[in-house]
Amino acid sequence: MIETALKQKILAAERVSSEEAEVLFNDDDIHTLGELAAAVAERKNGRRAYFVLNRHVNPTNICINRCRFCAFSRSKGEEGAFELSVDEILEKMEDSPEGIREVHIVGGLHPDRPFEYYLRLLQALKGRFPGIHIKAFTAVEVDYLSRISGLGLSETLLSLKESGLDAMPGGGAEIFAEGVRRRLCPEKISAQRWLEVHRTAHLCGIRTNATMLYGHLESYADRVEHLLRLRELQDETGGFQAFIPLSYHPRNTDIGGLYPSGLDDLKTIAVSRIVLDNFDHIKAYWIMLGEKLSQVALLFGADDVDGTVIEERITHAAGAMTGEGLAKDQMIHLIRRAGKTPVERDAFYEAVKVHA
Amino acid sequence: MRIDRDTALQMFRSTDLLELGRMADEARKAVHPGGVVTFVVDRNINYTNVCLNRCRFCAFYRDPDSPEAYVLDEARLFEKIRETIRQGGTQILLQGGLHPELDLSFYTGMLRSIKREFDIHVHGLSPPEIIHIARKSGMTIGKTLQALKEAGLDSIPGGGAEILSDRVREVLSPKKIRASEWLAVMEEAHRAGIKSTATMMFGSVEGDEDIIEHLDAVRTLQDRTGGFTAFIPWSFQPGNTELAREGIAPGVPDTALAPATAVDYLRVLAMSRLYLDNIRNIQASWVTQGLKMAQVALRFGANDFGSTMIEENVVRAAGVSHMVSSEDIVNAIRRAGFSPAQRDTFYNVIRLFRPKPPAA
Repeated sequence: MIETALKQKILAAERVSSEEAEVLFNDDDIHTLGELAAAVAERKNGRRAYFVLNRHVNPTNICINRCRFCAFSRSKGEEGAFELSVDEILEKMEDSPEGIREVHIVGGLHPDRPFEYYLRLLQALKGRFPGIHIKAFTAVEVDYLSRISGLGLSETLLSLKESGLDAMPGGGAEIFAEGVRRRLCPEKISAQRWLEVHRTAHLCGIRTNATMLYGHLESYADRVEHLLRLRELQDETGGFQAFIPLSYHPRNTDIGGLYPSGLDDLKTIAVSRIVLDNFDHIKAYWIMLGEKLSQVALLFGADDVDGTVIEERITHAAGAMTGEGLAKDQMIHLIRRAGKTPVERDAFYEAVKVHA
Repeated sequence: MRIDRDTALQMFRSTDLLELGRMADEARKAVHPGGVVTFVVDRNINYTNVCLNRCRFCAFYRDPDSPEAYVLDEARLFEKIRETIRQGGTQILLQGGLHPELDLSFYTGMLRSIKREFDIHVHGLSPPEIIHIARKSGMTIGKTLQALKEAGLDSIPGGGAEILSDRVREVLSPKKIRASEWLAVMEEAHRAGIKSTATMMFGSVEGDEDIIEHLDAVRTLQDRTGGFTAFIPWSFQPGNTELAREGIAPGVPDTALAPATAVDYLRVLAMSRLYLDNIRNIQASWVTQGLKMAQVALRFGANDFGSTMIEENVVRAAGVSHMVSSEDIVNAIRRAGFSPAQRDTFYNVIRLFRPKPPAA
């Protein structure tokens, strides 16, 4: 039972504390939690639910990090390793269906590709497809690029921006809590560094997303800590666009374990919506959740289901049970049946078309 | 207080889904306060895929002269049952089609041979099959049921109900038995001491009032007989079916056939729990919804996870396939915060698993 005082606080748009956030996670009243989160979502976004026509590009799966929860990465020379040239990526883009507004580019930390490759890739994409926003490179990749280029973070980010980078995805945040992070992905940049990259991006005028990988080894307290650190940075910069809780997929990973329950997924969406009062958007990423659960999440505080997603490979390597793309009509149908107004957006949440 | 039809229709149409879910959750708790969620270990055995009904929503049936037509022989049938028992199974779900050449003696023969060889519960032959057998053999429904029961039929699955509204059946399955016939078979079965489940396939061409009409027909019969052990709503899967290929009718847009969404599913499920106050068990359909949605369903009125479905041909033919083991089901139930229990066909718990708090 969520206490009346806490309910009223949430409905009055007052900020919840970390203790209160934990109470929400530990409470069993999923229906009330959903209603509270939905009220917050409605205050932020009305009845709108967003989607984007997008595609994914992974320039390489060769990665020096080899995180234990990742089923996508390979070492150089290992079977299944691949790397795409700029021309090959352009070809892929040419094959995309019409109307794409955003390309999402993330890949491994390649041991010997030079910084110039990334700048050339951005320039080539911008030159050929000026109408498509480029959302590329997680904080982990940006940190790596700054190391291989020998430039500072700001210089690295500004070079990327000048070459065509529009926005950054939120990956690599995983879970900030020190102990769990060390067990989950010891090779990966620290929580502090992740936040620093995003802070710098925001200061350089690059908007970013934030994520949290949950359902593996962490506790509810760890999730709350994660959310609060994001909220704090957002207070400082206002540069985050969307928060995307990522439901853990155990298949083909070293950590193993079980899928989080559908109820835990909905709860995490709802608590995130309530706690992150300074984020405009909470995304129920359907590739991770499945289209069914993503749709239900629209009633638990989410206002975005991501995109049509051509060619998702990372989650599918870890046993995603979803299809690899959803047609625009399906997207619109799912959103409508959840009682929301489908809004086709660009990478900056500007409405391209309202499907009233 | 019992919900009447008009109120139900109004609730179904306009009550907020989370509110409906909360009410259904409370109704479920009132009937099953212990937080136990049951499942049955069984195998779906389709003795034939030959079917004269040719329902437009079905991707499984074949015509008698099709090269893919089959009737299982005894050796294959027994092998499947042996495997089921080896995997801890307690029942087989024995269903097939309306085969033009199989009459009562085939079925009684098959049932007797199963019972001679194995100690296993036979949950089989849905009402369309029973009517077909009766007609083939020139016998009444009552006599046919009696003969099947004597031969070893233990209970009847609720298939073939689809939507119990003849307006909808005319479009979906014009050759299939009418709503009144489905209900009549169930009534006779219950009177003959044969328990059954009831199903509803929604998300095709029905309207809201048809869904409520269906629930009302089931509830009314249950008031008279008490013979339904569970209710199982599941959503139409359009892949590979004639309905999907040819559309509902000329001029009706394809989007009318988009499968029922998750939100629709939860709404129907919750309404089923609330309306069917005389049926104890409401099943979540992980086969059509996936495990995560089935977990969510446990807070929207469901208390049972159905079967482990060692083999499921019919839904798979329509392009839906979720590979799941008994262990996956036990874990899924635990992670949703409930105590898993294996049950028999009559919902008696036969093995209780240790509950675990949902991890996090």
